[in-house]
Amino acid sequence: MSSASTSAKQAAPASTRDKPANKAEAAADWVDGRLGIYSLAKANLRKIFPDHWSFMLGEICLYSFIIIILTGVYLTLFFKPSMGEVIYNGSYSPLDGIRVSEAYASTLNISFEVRGGLLIRQIHHWAAIVFVAAMFVHMMRVFFTGAFRKPREINWLFGFLLLFLGFFDGFLGYSLPDDLLSGTGIRFMEGAILAVPLVGTYISFFLFGGEFPGTDIVPRFFTIHVLLIPGIMLGLLVAHLILVFYHKHTQWAGPGKTEKNVVGMPLMPVYMAKAGGFFFLVFGIIAAMSAIASVNPVWAYGPYRPDQVSTDAQPDWYMGFAEGLIRVMPGWEIRAWGHTLNLGVFIPLMLFPLVLAAIAVYPFIEGWITGDKREHHILDRPRNAPVRTALGAAWISLYLVLLSGGGNDLIATHFHLSLNDITYFVRIGSFVVPVVVFFVTKRWCLGLQRRDKEKVLHGRETGVIKRLPHGEFIEVHAQLPQGTLHTLTSHEQYEPVELPAEVDENGVARKVGLATKTRAKLSEGYFGEGNQIPKPTPEEHKEITSGHGHH
Amino acid sequence: MSHDMSDDKLPQAHAAGEGHGEAAVADNPFADPGLPPHEPRRTDIDERAAKRAERQVSLLFIVSMLATVGFIASYVSIDADRIVYIFPLGHISALNFALGMTLGVALFCIGAGAVHWARTLMSDVELPAERHAIEADDETRADVIEQFKTGAAESGFGRRKMIRNTLIGSMALVPLSGVMLLRDLGPLPEKKLDVTGWNEATPNAPIRLVNMNTNEPMKAEDIAVGSLTFAKPGPSALRPAGLQESDEDFQEAIAKDALMLIRIQPNDIKDADSAALGFEGVLAYSKICTHVGCPISLYEQQTHHALCPCHQSTFDLSDGARVIFGPAGHPLPQLKIVTDASGYLVAPGGFEHPVGPSFWERSE
Ligand code: FES
Repeated sequence: MSSASTSAKQAAPASTRDKPANKAEAAADWVDGRLGIYSLAKANLRKIFPDHWSFMLGEICLYSFIIIILTGVYLTLFFKPSMGEVIYNGSYSPLDGIRVSEAYASTLNISFEVRGGLLIRQIHHWAAIVFVAAMFVHMMRVFFTGAFRKPREINWLFGFLLLFLGFFDGFLGYSLPDDLLSGTGIRFMEGAILAVPLVGTYISFFLFGGEFPGTDIVPRFFTIHVLLIPGIMLGLLVAHLILVFYHKHTQWAGPGKTEKNVVGMPLMPVYMAKAGGFFFLVFGIIAAMSAIASVNPVWAYGPYRPDQVSTDAQPDWYMGFAEGLIRVMPGWEIRAWGHTLNLGVFIPLMLFPLVLAAIAVYPFIEGWITGDKREHHILDRPRNAPVRTALGAAWISLYLVLLSGGGNDLIATHFHLSLNDITYFVRIGSFVVPVVVFFVTKRWCLGLQRRDKEKVLHGRETGVIKRLPHGEFIEVHAQLPQGTLHTLTSHEQYEPVELPAEVDENGVARKVGLATKTRAKLSEGYFGEGNQIPKPTPEEHKEITSGHGHH
Repeated sequence: MSHDMSDDKLPQAHAAGEGHGEAAVADNPFADPGLPPHEPRRTDIDERAAKRAERQVSLLFIVSMLATVGFIASYVSIDADRIVYIFPLGHISALNFALGMTLGVALFCIGAGAVHWARTLMSDVELPAERHAIEADDETRADVIEQFKTGAAESGFGRRKMIRNTLIGSMALVPLSGVMLLRDLGPLPEKKLDVTGWNEATPNAPIRLVNMNTNEPMKAEDIAVGSLTFAKPGPSALRPAGLQESDEDFQEAIAKDALMLIRIQPNDIKDADSAALGFEGVLAYSKICTHVGCPISLYEQQTHHALCPCHQSTFDLSDGARVIFGPAGHPLPQLKIVTDASGYLVAPGGFEHPVGPSFWERSE
């Protein structure tokens, strides 16, 4: 309202800055006057990044994603996403004169006629494999160190979505060349969609533009593969990185490192050089891999035909777990009221996202059990969170068991085993193995905790044997330096939540809800007796060190 | 829920913020002694070592430049179809190998140089930076909530219930237009999945079985006991030339019509109905797996088992293609075959059951 009265003469504040010292400063001043870069850079130019090799895993994801986009753009310049039929007469003679789709023909063209096209195709595919693998390992790093705890739960979800979309886009990209192997994958997808009760048939007809395979699926997948999903992923990725920047990195416990600081080296120059250099390392290695190892040689498979199949039909490894689910499932089919419910396909189809969803919501479950509302920036050593670590290991073992189910034919031929036996093993193993792995891992963690405690209280073995006056031989133990003592004892130990007393102070019976009871049970399972080794206290340490010197 | 979540249940290590001072160190052996002093590297104290590192970094960058030149040279000088033998990779494209290796080296050396530079010559002094709580302080929180309430009150959103409710209703409905627009992605399924090309056949106008490889009609004696033959529909009123690869809808048609022919000694056939559908021990089954639709291609003649290579569903072809192992939920549909006047195998009608993977509307 008052602006009406402000005179037009009252100009914006004039710059009172001194003359810039040189051209570069002058240019920076110019940009700052438009974009305000100085204020932005003030907080970030010397932003501290802690150094640990495992933080590179996330970088590998980022860089391989960039490589995928760069090579992907190149491929779109040559690829024809069409199922229109042509007679192939390019330079790959074994397929000369064969009726193929334009998608397949242009893939061959990229591989054999476009100079460097094969290399870019290979880099694109290799980078995709590296991308998904790195996301897996990166996610494991975050999981096993508890880096997903407050304030980073949302970023865990972003990362999870990226992994999920990465799977999906990988599958779509794999399908585009319209070769015999990829067509088999799409047929699988059609069968899976048809197994959806009520709407499956309709979804399938709308997706394929009619009956399988039709001529629409490749152009449709193309748009989703190059536009829709990468667009979403790019948005998620930026959000993910903004949050990493905003939260600052986590760090391992150690002398001088607290929840209130972050210790490391500044963005400029060290981190810039290391991270920037690392991009080139990743790119260089992927390029060399693509020169050496051929992946997805579609010309060897031939064009897709629904009545043909190559015996080694295998999905990319990251889909192996879904493939395993589908292979080991018994063929249950229910028929009632003139309808068919194909549980043999539908159950695996539902289990796949359910297992993933369990991983996605894990941070919230753990947060609920601990009831801890504080921020966490110091990482847990996996051994100090035995139940979490054991759960993670159980998940991985389930993945591996199902993967071996997905590769049962390969295992059978390579190790001369009965295919059926492998399937029976996987059917039972998917229930038994994760449980066994859970308990073994937990015990292992507890053993390691005990060893830490021993080290803290009795020092480190020096390998020096001393003979005491009365003839006894002992090994001299050396006191650990204070920094190490601190590192080994600074982790958190939660106490299990107790149920409130059955009656309150006034003797009135309390209502204890199911949620509270469940939570107490889970909490007991995580932090109760036998699920963690009480860490040494300064008093214990003093008592032992002051008493007898030789220990 | 707060009664059992009191803070005293939480570990105190970080909350208490153990002191970093000398005093704390004296009476608590586990206290944080603070950042250790910086240890200089060789390159920090020895100028000759630093110079050597500098030369190494530059060398890496120079190698990168040379590799890029090599990339360009390979691109213009090597033919795209040149194949070379390189141990242990075998026969590979020379151009792909040369381009990939030079590009790889060019990129890798830039990275290696930068990392080596950072590790040897840039400062490696670790510095602490403070963190600030993500949560706002109470004052900011109160302030924002106050502002929001003012805004909400000024909008009258809470007061004018009718506007609010109709807004919610319209917002809830408007996405339906988007869903509707997806309808024309494809036709409705109708009964399309229930029929195949063989449904064109009638007892009066049967369709011949044509060998998939030779394109010739087949007689029963062409099929040896224990062999597996693939067939497709021959001429019909709708397709006078039979199903041809050049047909526009060939892929859709073959995805349902493909047949698998086997011949079993008639007394080895366990299922009488199945034997009746065949002709002198020649049985015609759908080639499309009833699990998710892979074509079945493996047949073991001693056991009469057919195995789908995709997920290993195993069907006993001597017993009505019953599923004996694997994830398929029902047998392979069988096509009734007879012979025509000239002794060729023909189908007098379609499959009794829909072929391929099962679906909700599929009835038995
Ligand atoms: S498609 Fe044949 S077993 Fe799955």
